[in-house]
Amino acid sequence: MRAPPMTTTTAHRLSELNVLESEAIHIIREVVAEFERPVLLFSGGKDSVVVLHLAAKAFWPGKIPIDLLHVDTGHNFPEVLEFRDKTVAAHGVRLTVAKVEDYISDGRLAERADGTRNPLQTLPLLDAIAAGRHDAVFGGARRDEDKARAKERILSLRDEFGQWDPRNQRPELWNLYNGRHTVGQHVRAFPISNWTELNVWRYIEREQIELPPLYYAHEREVYRRDNMWRAVSPVSPPRADETVETRTVRYRTVGDMSCTGAVDSLAASVTDVVREVGVSTITERGATRADDRISEAAMEDRKKEGYF
Amino acid sequence: MTLTIDTQANTADDIVATGEGTLFRFATAGSVDDGKSTLVGRLLHDSKAILADQLEAVTRTSNERGFGGDSGGIDFALLTDGLRAEREQGITIDVAYRYFATPARSFILADCPGHVQYTRNMVTGATTADAVIMLIDARKGVLEQTRRHLSVVALLRVPHVIVAVNKIDLLDYDEAAYREVEASVRLVTAELGVGSLGFGDVHVIPVSALVGDNVVDRSERTPWYDGPSLLELLETLTVIDDRDASGRATEAFRLPVQLVLRPQGAVSVAPELADSYRDYRAYAGQVASGSIKVGDTVSVEPGGGTSTVTGIDFAGVDLDEAFAPQSIALRLADDLDIARGAVIAAVDTLPPVTRTLEADLFWLDPRPLAPGARVLVKFGTTLMQALISDVTGRLDLTTLGVEPATTLAVNDIGQASIRLSRDLPVERYAQNRRSGAFLVIHPQDGATLAAGIVTAPGEPTRAGDGSGAGSEVSP
Ligand SMILES: Nc1nc2c(ncn2[C@@H]2O[C@H](COP(=O)(O)OP(=O)(O)OP(=O)(O)O)[C@@H](O)[C@H]2O)c(=O)[nH]1
Ligand SMILES: [Mg+2]
Repeated sequence: MRAPPMTTTTAHRLSELNVLESEAIHIIREVVAEFERPVLLFSGGKDSVVVLHLAAKAFWPGKIPIDLLHVDTGHNFPEVLEFRDKTVAAHGVRLTVAKVEDYISDGRLAERADGTRNPLQTLPLLDAIAAGRHDAVFGGARRDEDKARAKERILSLRDEFGQWDPRNQRPELWNLYNGRHTVGQHVRAFPISNWTELNVWRYIEREQIELPPLYYAHEREVYRRDNMWRAVSPVSPPRADETVETRTVRYRTVGDMSCTGAVDSLAASVTDVVREVGVSTITERGATRADDRISEAAMEDRKKEGYF
Repeated sequence: MTLTIDTQANTADDIVATGEGTLFRFATAGSVDDGKSTLVGRLLHDSKAILADQLEAVTRTSNERGFGGDSGGIDFALLTDGLRAEREQGITIDVAYRYFATPARSFILADCPGHVQYTRNMVTGATTADAVIMLIDARKGVLEQTRRHLSVVALLRVPHVIVAVNKIDLLDYDEAAYREVEASVRLVTAELGVGSLGFGDVHVIPVSALVGDNVVDRSERTPWYDGPSLLELLETLTVIDDRDASGRATEAFRLPVQLVLRPQGAVSVAPELADSYRDYRAYAGQVASGSIKVGDTVSVEPGGGTSTVTGIDFAGVDLDEAFAPQSIALRLADDLDIARGAVIAAVDTLPPVTRTLEADLFWLDPRPLAPGARVLVKFGTTLMQALISDVTGRLDLTTLGVEPATTLAVNDIGQASIRLSRDLPVERYAQNRRSGAFLVIHPQDGATLAAGIVTAPGEPTRAGDGSGAGSEVSP
């Protein structure tokens, strides 16, 4: 277990990945120390898996003192849900699942015309935060994902409606995070704000972190829509004019099956993926998310309403 | 199934960056419309950091908005001005963080707003910066907001300042016009002490953000300028100024304790190891400055106890030595009373504790500060009640001298005396950038009222007066 001793001539400077890792662990520990009931949003997607891994490191050798929450759209990839439950069991943490399906069946939410359920996650999320009396919510959002996210603080204050007010964010000075809030408000905490997609993959490679298999190249029945490969599934069937074919693909993000697209890829191992992401000419969301194509400010609008 | 955390990760090779291949953080500053966002967009574009779909989106939006008239073109500011309101008003409202890398190093850039109303956001971007790029419109020269931002940069002791004299294309690349602006910049930075008090260096570059002169490549249109391009400079500036030539941290070791790790049986290690961690107790935190080795003697405040470091843990990896900014857990030989808010430091390096201090405050809240205000202050991991007993002066942005003042209004940089409710080892910011910085927080609504910088600790609290009972604030 003992690392080789560092010689005194070594420069005392951390590599990029280690700076980001220590920054994230610092944020996670601050939030756990200052808040009563933090919760971590865990979908089984790569970013939330990385945040969970960092939380495990932050509290080693103790268990992660944070509960997990997943907002299940009902359109998730089954292999991701299986991975989610396996990972939760391995860490010995408690997971609450809030289901969009329940809201649709009793009429609190209506299915959208385009069939996309991503924007429907906000209400169950806010209800779950209120029901769990959570005063801090960890998310795996990164600033490099989207231009609205690029504006978000690491600790981001939300009012009782979960709203984000981008015109009036609290200043965030040095690494002194101010988590003070009033009753009804809560804070969203983003420990990997400063990580890029490539940082995340390099970290997954270095730490040998397990991910759902669909992040790696595999064969799948797909059809072309909106310039993306969509999986054939009961919730995302092809239309009559769309041809189904079997292709070797992988997913760069894992969300709702109804709006997440796959990309052509032969990257079957984490090393292949690191290489692929390093030379990619399209952003992660641009390549894979239909919901962000609705309008130029789709993410900003969802965030203002309380989305993560 | 038990979680095992991979321990191969943190070998010495992995932890220590080779050469300068590490993270460099910089922020933009300067008055509204001087071209910060355009410059940042140009820098990203010309260093090939913009991916195809992003470029397509901003090209589309630029055309829709008729940018550049008939000749068209891309409004590079749209790469960072991502909010609806920003695009409608054509200004930056809050900091946008962007990431790019060149073969030399990786960058985190914070594009800050110039509008006075959003100065608090510029301060946000500047506090974590290794360098600030100060934009000046060559036609307008140094403005009041330029002086305000430069004062913030001086106050924060940002290690490097790059003054980009922008829109040089609109002056037909005239050397005389550039030299005039350069001279006035040098006057202001000298006045503020930037680049002269042993911290910071000032570089001045003529650029056109719109056209791209001297941004990534040196421009042929400015033959009279023989310095580096902006990117060349960013790639070669040293990362932090608190290290000596061999890269060793020169500041003393400080670990503000975030929490005490005491799993008491609720462990994540393999079951066969669980017993050996039954009595595990370690102090978790991020090294704020300096470095520490197993076997070193440390002292702890509050309490003034001393002990020896018996172990440094990084999630299952046993380290011999740790240094800033690593997040670690420290094990000590003695069972001292240490909780969140304590500081573990290299022995005999902590200043004596005090209950008073003098500080520079950057006032960020629209509600003015009245002397006698009861506030909360956050130093490292310590949060406590405090009283701003006196406002002693305010920076006059025209003369750059200190004028008498009794209150501070939003965007004022002032001087104040502060009384603490508990003993604290207070350090000057000039001595330790992490320990000497603090937040001033509204005790009721939690707003961050000011960024604080310690200029002088007060009289030491008499040793042994036993009055450690201040009012601690639970978070
Ligand atoms: N001719 C010319 N115009 C420029 C140059 N740089 C910026 N501009 C223009 O100046 C205007 C303001 O540019 P921005 O980049 O938005 O300025 P800013 O400093 O980011 O403004 P705020 O963030 O709101 O403070 C825009 O119309 C730009 O196109 C330049 O080098 N030459
Ligand atoms: Mg701007």
